[in-house]
Amino acid sequence: MSGPLLRIEAATVRFGARTALDAVTLEVAAHETVCVLGPSGSGKSTLLRAVAGLQPLDAGRVLLDGADQAGVPPHRRGVGLMFQDHQLFPQRDVGGNVAFGPRMHKVPRGRREERTAELLDMVGLPGAGARAVATLSGGEQQRVALARALAPEPRLLMLDEPLGQLDRSLRDRLVVELRRLFDRLGTTVLAVTHDQSEAFALADRVVVMRDGRIEQAGTPLEVWRRPASEFVARFLGFDNIAEADVSGAVAETAWGRLAVPDAGPQGRRRVLVRPTGVRLDGGAGLPCEVAARGFRGGHVVLRLRPERGPWLDAECGLRDAPDVGERVTVSFDPEDVVVLP
Amino acid sequence: MERPRPLAARLRPLAVGLGLTALPLAFFAAFFAYPVAAIVGRGLRQGGRWQWGRIGDVLGDPSVRHVLWFTCWQAAASTALTLAVALPGAYVFARLDFPGRRLLRAVVTVPFVLPTVVAGSAFLALLGRGGLTDTLFGARLDTSVWAILIAHVFFNYAVVVRTVGGLWAQLDPRQEEAARVLGAGRFAAWRRVTLPALAPSVAAAGVMVFLFTFTSFGVVQILGGPTRATLEVEIYRETAEIFDLPAAAVLTLLQLAAVVAILAVHARTLRRRESALRLVDAAGTAHRPRGGERALLAAVLAVVAVLIVLPLAVLAARSLDGPHGYGFAFYRALGSVGDDSTFLVPPLQAIGNSLRYAAAATGIALLIGGLAAAALTRRAGRVMRGFDALLMLPLGTSAVTVGFGFLISLDKPPLDLRDSWLLVPLAQALVGVPFVVRVMLPVLRAVDQRLREAAAVLGASPLRVWREVELPLVARAVGIAAGFAFAVSLGEFGATVFIARPDSPTLPVAVARLLGRPGEMNYGQAMALSTILMVVCAACLLILEVPLSSPHAARTPAVPGPQTPAAKAPDAGAAGPRPLAAEPAEPAGRAR
Repeated sequence: MSGPLLRIEAATVRFGARTALDAVTLEVAAHETVCVLGPSGSGKSTLLRAVAGLQPLDAGRVLLDGADQAGVPPHRRGVGLMFQDHQLFPQRDVGGNVAFGPRMHKVPRGRREERTAELLDMVGLPGAGARAVATLSGGEQQRVALARALAPEPRLLMLDEPLGQLDRSLRDRLVVELRRLFDRLGTTVLAVTHDQSEAFALADRVVVMRDGRIEQAGTPLEVWRRPASEFVARFLGFDNIAEADVSGAVAETAWGRLAVPDAGPQGRRRVLVRPTGVRLDGGAGLPCEVAARGFRGGHVVLRLRPERGPWLDAECGLRDAPDVGERVTVSFDPEDVVVLP
Repeated sequence: MERPRPLAARLRPLAVGLGLTALPLAFFAAFFAYPVAAIVGRGLRQGGRWQWGRIGDVLGDPSVRHVLWFTCWQAAASTALTLAVALPGAYVFARLDFPGRRLLRAVVTVPFVLPTVVAGSAFLALLGRGGLTDTLFGARLDTSVWAILIAHVFFNYAVVVRTVGGLWAQLDPRQEEAARVLGAGRFAAWRRVTLPALAPSVAAAGVMVFLFTFTSFGVVQILGGPTRATLEVEIYRETAEIFDLPAAAVLTLLQLAAVVAILAVHARTLRRRESALRLVDAAGTAHRPRGGERALLAAVLAVVAVLIVLPLAVLAARSLDGPHGYGFAFYRALGSVGDDSTFLVPPLQAIGNSLRYAAAATGIALLIGGLAAAALTRRAGRVMRGFDALLMLPLGTSAVTVGFGFLISLDKPPLDLRDSWLLVPLAQALVGVPFVVRVMLPVLRAVDQRLREAAAVLGASPLRVWREVELPLVARAVGIAAGFAFAVSLGEFGATVFIARPDSPTLPVAVARLLGRPGEMNYGQAMALSTILMVVCAACLLILEVPLSSPHAARTPAVPGPQTPAAKAPDAGAAGPRPLAAEPAEPAGRAR
């Protein structure tokens, strides 16, 4: 079949006066992994629920393989949904949870047991079928929930904050495992998360949502390199934003005159400088005072108070990080300066 | 482009709601509204015209006003006394860990489902002529109002312990600890944090106790003597003794109005209680008594011993205190018909009748109550709250009215049940349904909606979801509901006494018949039969308190939702305590 596997057309959902989904249009191609990224309350979970048929639309359409899903109840849509807090069935053991979907689809017992064992192997819990759900740790619950969602072989797998409640190291490991698994299985995935690193690690394409609308869609690299708005930039953790007068390849800001990639938008704009582009080169740049510093793995994030203009975040190596209170001068790398549209 | 949601999709939930409510509504229309309307009509409609003037006549009667006044003040006094006596008990059973706690909690619940006739006789044996207080102190309390008040505390102790204690056990102790850390003293922390969380459930328990004592029948009938009567007793007298149907009809309407008002108050307190509270697994909140708590525990145990265990024990002792010394003479006598014409069949046959009727009534109550609870879980709003209150109404309606109404209304086609043995179970199911709904509803509501959704997305149809997800989770609640329905059916007296056929009496009916005859033999047999009834009721309850033996069921908390045991796993933040519409999984109702 040509055409996208999932097509959402102008989907709108209202809760009273609040619009949770505002005419959202989105396509997911077969074998593609799309991550919807947004702060809580941006409507991303509602989007998944609408596709699953758990949330009726007030307007718009959801099409799977080109077929309008209006009036199709959740159990006939053939999609999988992994819930934020897993929602494993407490009265069933691990095997019973995984085998639930195939059982509902009348898969014969032998084939069902085979499939359950296979999936538990795949998620790294071989032989756990007889364990009670209550004895599982959070990470294990997450794996069982994933195996359960995959078991009925859904044409579209949806993940709601799949790694939301896990601790950081576990999350970093699982995100890699998930990506590898989806590549291997060729699963079509629509995931939502509020964690940008999770989204960028998992997705072929990222969709940033705000107040029920899509703010930007693109590959992780595109979104990262060219945030479409100040909201997206700030949501990605970029706070170095200042008013600017852009003319040609020069932006006039409170921080001074910045070189920008030309052929961009002109006139009264806002510019963003990524922290990696704030260089502590000690030359004749902008004098700043180091107000705070924080360690992030292999590098240091500095909070700088410039002589003029808004505060700046800068990244530098562990070895040459200045102390709090030291005075530094910074310059800006044109590669990391973005004029926001 | 705006497009209206497809009609079928919008109508489906409505159709499901209608389908679930249709049977309970039909049941209530045919077996509650119709008989009650029929008897009220019989009383107030004469010569083809409504005699509304009778209402004024009856209400203007000073003796009726006296009854109304007594009904109200004894209910208020009983409620205050019950709360005062039972609230410390609620704390002790909820928060203190002591040996025999579970057994004792089952014991205090026994009176709750005991037929009022049995309780009346128990207190008669304790406080009346030749009773314990008479022999020890020469004091007879059976003629004073205290006997009624104490018997009401005896009955409703469990209502408070279970409703308030059930919530108290699940309140997160860390809330109080947080207040302590913020600088509040022990008492201040309790007053500012725990009390506000408990207040709505205390109010709800109080309203329920008020409702039960307001409509008290058996206790007042046996202990009230000729001068004291509640509305319920007066209705019985007007109907069965004086045969003044118009007066009975007016009193029935009066009681119905009062009960509707009480239920409205109850619904309000319930709604206020459904604020989000942090609830935790009750198993983890109890601790060993320390310091002053030991004295409190001792006091509560003493109260339980004197107030609950003693009357039951005296009853059993009396049943063994035969004409020729201690023995089973009265029990043996139950196996024969006897010389007088009290019974057409040996009284012992009443056991079989009772069990058979109660089993049928339980089946009906589970079906009707289960459907109603499922409907109430799926939809909310004003209409459904009205439906909820409607289901409670039979608890507060005169059983005499219902029983007599059955007799005069269900005797012609299409509902000609005169010769059907189903008549008795149907009347008994009417009081069983509210119990089933009250037990099932909180548990069904606690089943996480997303668990249902998870099953649906995995391919389960709505029926399948119910069977695969909800039923296993509520299986224990179904058991509890069945037990309560069974016990209240077993003890139902007011309606059964009218409609049970003379050749197949139930246990309470047989007890009342024996009590109504003079002579030591009859009295002793009544005590013996009451003891049997008590043992059967207690056995039901004790079976309910035993946790299910299946390995997974044992791990499933009685109220799934507040906290799954998984929350104890180190990184399972997902399963931590979450706000929940708090309504402890206890019934709020009792048979009369």
